[in-house]
Amino acid sequence: MLASLFGRLNWDSIILVKEFEDPDLQLLITSGAAAAIPLGGIFLVLLLWYLKWWKPLLGWLTSVDHKKIGVMYIIFSVVMLFRGVVEAVLMRTNQAVALNGGFLSSDHFNQLFTTHGTNMIFFVAMPFLIGLINVAVPLQIGARDVAFPKLNSISLGLTGAGGFLITISLLIGQFSTGGWTNYPSYTGKLVNPGPGVDYWITAIGLSGIGSTLTGVNFAVTIYKMRTKGMKFMRMPLFTWTALATSILLIFAMPPLTAACVMLGLDRYLDFHFFTNDQGGNLMNFINLFWMFGHPEVYILILPAFGVMSELSSTFAAKRLYGYTSIVAATMCIAVLAFFVWLHHFFTMGQSTTVNAAFGIATLLISIPTGVKIFDWLATLWGGRIRLNTTPVIYLCGFLVLFVLGGFSGIILANPTLDYQVHNSLFLVAHFHNVIIPGTLFGILAGIHYWFPKMFGFRLMESYGKVTAWLWSIGFVITFMPLYPLGLMGMTRRTVDYTDPAYVPLMLVSGAGSLLLGLAFLFLIITFWRSIVNRKQLVTPIGDPWDGRTLEWWTPCPVPEYNFAVLPEVDSRDAFHTAKERGDAYAPIEKYEDIKIPSNTYFGLIIGILGCGLGFGLVWYMWWMAAGSFLAALATIIVYAFLPEREQVIPAEEVRRVDENWRREARETYGVTRDDEITEANKGLARPDVVPG
Amino acid sequence: MMSNPTPESLHPGLNLGEEHGEDHLEAETSVFGFWVFVMSDLVTFGMFFAIFAASSAPMWMAGGPGPKDFVDIGSIAWQTGFLLASSLTSGMAVLSLKERHAGEGASRGRLIFWLLLTAVLGFGFLYREIADFVSMAQMGAGPTRSGYLTAFWSLVGLHGAHVTAGLLWCLTIVVGVLVRGVDKRWKLALLRWAVFWHFLDVIWIGLFTFVFLGGLI
Repeated sequence: MLASLFGRLNWDSIILVKEFEDPDLQLLITSGAAAAIPLGGIFLVLLLWYLKWWKPLLGWLTSVDHKKIGVMYIIFSVVMLFRGVVEAVLMRTNQAVALNGGFLSSDHFNQLFTTHGTNMIFFVAMPFLIGLINVAVPLQIGARDVAFPKLNSISLGLTGAGGFLITISLLIGQFSTGGWTNYPSYTGKLVNPGPGVDYWITAIGLSGIGSTLTGVNFAVTIYKMRTKGMKFMRMPLFTWTALATSILLIFAMPPLTAACVMLGLDRYLDFHFFTNDQGGNLMNFINLFWMFGHPEVYILILPAFGVMSELSSTFAAKRLYGYTSIVAATMCIAVLAFFVWLHHFFTMGQSTTVNAAFGIATLLISIPTGVKIFDWLATLWGGRIRLNTTPVIYLCGFLVLFVLGGFSGIILANPTLDYQVHNSLFLVAHFHNVIIPGTLFGILAGIHYWFPKMFGFRLMESYGKVTAWLWSIGFVITFMPLYPLGLMGMTRRTVDYTDPAYVPLMLVSGAGSLLLGLAFLFLIITFWRSIVNRKQLVTPIGDPWDGRTLEWWTPCPVPEYNFAVLPEVDSRDAFHTAKERGDAYAPIEKYEDIKIPSNTYFGLIIGILGCGLGFGLVWYMWWMAAGSFLAALATIIVYAFLPEREQVIPAEEVRRVDENWRREARETYGVTRDDEITEANKGLARPDVVPG
Repeated sequence: MMSNPTPESLHPGLNLGEEHGEDHLEAETSVFGFWVFVMSDLVTFGMFFAIFAASSAPMWMAGGPGPKDFVDIGSIAWQTGFLLASSLTSGMAVLSLKERHAGEGASRGRLIFWLLLTAVLGFGFLYREIADFVSMAQMGAGPTRSGYLTAFWSLVGLHGAHVTAGLLWCLTIVVGVLVRGVDKRWKLALLRWAVFWHFLDVIWIGLFTFVFLGGLI
């Protein structure tokens, strides 16, 4: 009876219980982390109860407003980033003292690098970027919302379900030990029958479907929802990169979903996709995974390039240099992304001809990337660069450090060299060198840049700059030593080693990781201090950085309907042109009623049922899995019958809000760029005179 | 939620009302969005096709039965007939929207007739397919026998699962039209479902050619 109710879940599956019955150091570390989940949960419930935030919280969770959904994605990512950073510090600390054995067991270490990778890619980097895209893109193209607002909420729900599963694996059972790539040689049923791999499959499967739907949503939004006059070649660069990313999501997520389903069928129903015997073929998984995995790299980096493009032109107060070439380079990268997957396994037995072809394809990508770097440098050239703002620190860090990561990528793209360093720390250094200064810096700079759009006040530059420097220095100290360590022959994913020559550099790297931990702490402090001091930081008029694109043509925080009257565009930097003409805030004659979709529980319900489906599958609680699946199906059908509810905001209300904003903008004096990080910045920019 | 419609952004398909009115504007985003989703789904099928292609040599059959041992080409012919005919009837269902008074009794009846006929043909297809699967399992050609059979069952089964979903969707539309009438929402659902149903036909052509005929040759 109990077995059919709880499947293979028993009392001992709960880490805390196991630690209580049979204490040891490994479990103590794990259970410390595991304890954080129930304690954190209880704290959160009490906090919400104390602040009486239940109702507003529900209002957010059921919202279909793209800005709120974007903010929820970002908050989710920050929470997940916390776990990722802690794991990173733990692994680096262990390796620093791991000569002849560190303090972590190999099984524990395997779980750490698996969760770290999975978590950082799927539940930090992707939702962070999708969050920024959600916040900024509809505003940049002058739309009221995305094409399918309800679908957007479902995507968020599914991502949340994936995040729930990977998080709960810390408390109940364990996570996969097969690395973020989860090759079946480590994750087949024969070698790894436990719940860990099933957590990976369900978490990635669910959030993968969510990401596919996000891709569809934003591609359609950008194709069909642009405002009048917003031709393709007038779109802001961030929107272009969001389009490229959406296309990549549409085509690259299915291979991952397919690989997850197949691995699941192997494990649950004894199929033979990837098994060693009975005509299975492991290489099929590896090919499928990297057909997703390589485009994924560009899913992560292109939006960051988009942010950097916006930053270089805004913070140098210049038109973007080489707009057309950056657009072309972006789309080139998006296409080439599908022709290089094999470089992730040069050493797995293909012929030299095949390796050479993929090596050349890989090297080709450095051309459009190089074009972009030069375009950004040319944009900054002769501009009025505001080095006292946080985003510029990230931009500079990106330009210097990302290029180094690109160079080590060129080394790895050559199959003969790759044979020497593959699977070593050189590789670990390389991809952290592109993902941290590229993706992470792009994300953090983007958050600084668009924070006023989300919340109506700026982040404090003082703490922001310290954070940016800590990430940069911490990154250099942590990951630069890994290049020589890789060349010395130290393999990745090793819990300990016997060669004393590794020790000095490992110690440096370990120390650097502490700085990265500190950087995360300062990020949180930045948020906290800015929230406390928000009254001094408000920018109600909405244009704190002298922006050039449409999103700055709205008050901060942005009203639900984004634009009182949809703007018409007749040039590339339309808002900048309007400001130059001097009629950016001129009164508008005619306002109309605005219809916006009402909140819906659809996404929330699908998300919760996704959690149930995943958890049921992991623990063989078939009633829960089947019940959740059928309930989800029923929900979809029921919602097809429920009437679409819309909220109408009367023209008079729109007029009142909009006229106040425009009047305030006309009556405020505004700040020049010299004072933009002081309290005087209320979001109205007085343009500087810039040569060129 | 529409942005400014321009003539170029109009839905190129059927008239959804007396003229190219408001229904049409939403159709463009909605149907285009579904096409994009179908592209993504096509990639999923492509992956299963690729795995099947990579598992078709005798080596991956692990000494188990091959296509010549279990493919019943007569049954496949029936399945093909059912599915292709259902594509035609689904097309007729969409065309009945074209009638002048789609919302009223007579042509609503016509719409429901074609939809139900499509569903019957779809069920006929599924019945034959499941019968084939059952007989395969009985003769020891189940999916756990070899890598080849795993790929075969998954690819054909993925299509079958899609057909099942399509049928469920079709019946939902029938109920929806009965309960709420042929309003904008169900017209749009019908247009998207039709794209989906034809798409499954195209996939079947691929299955028929590469999996069944290819296997027998």
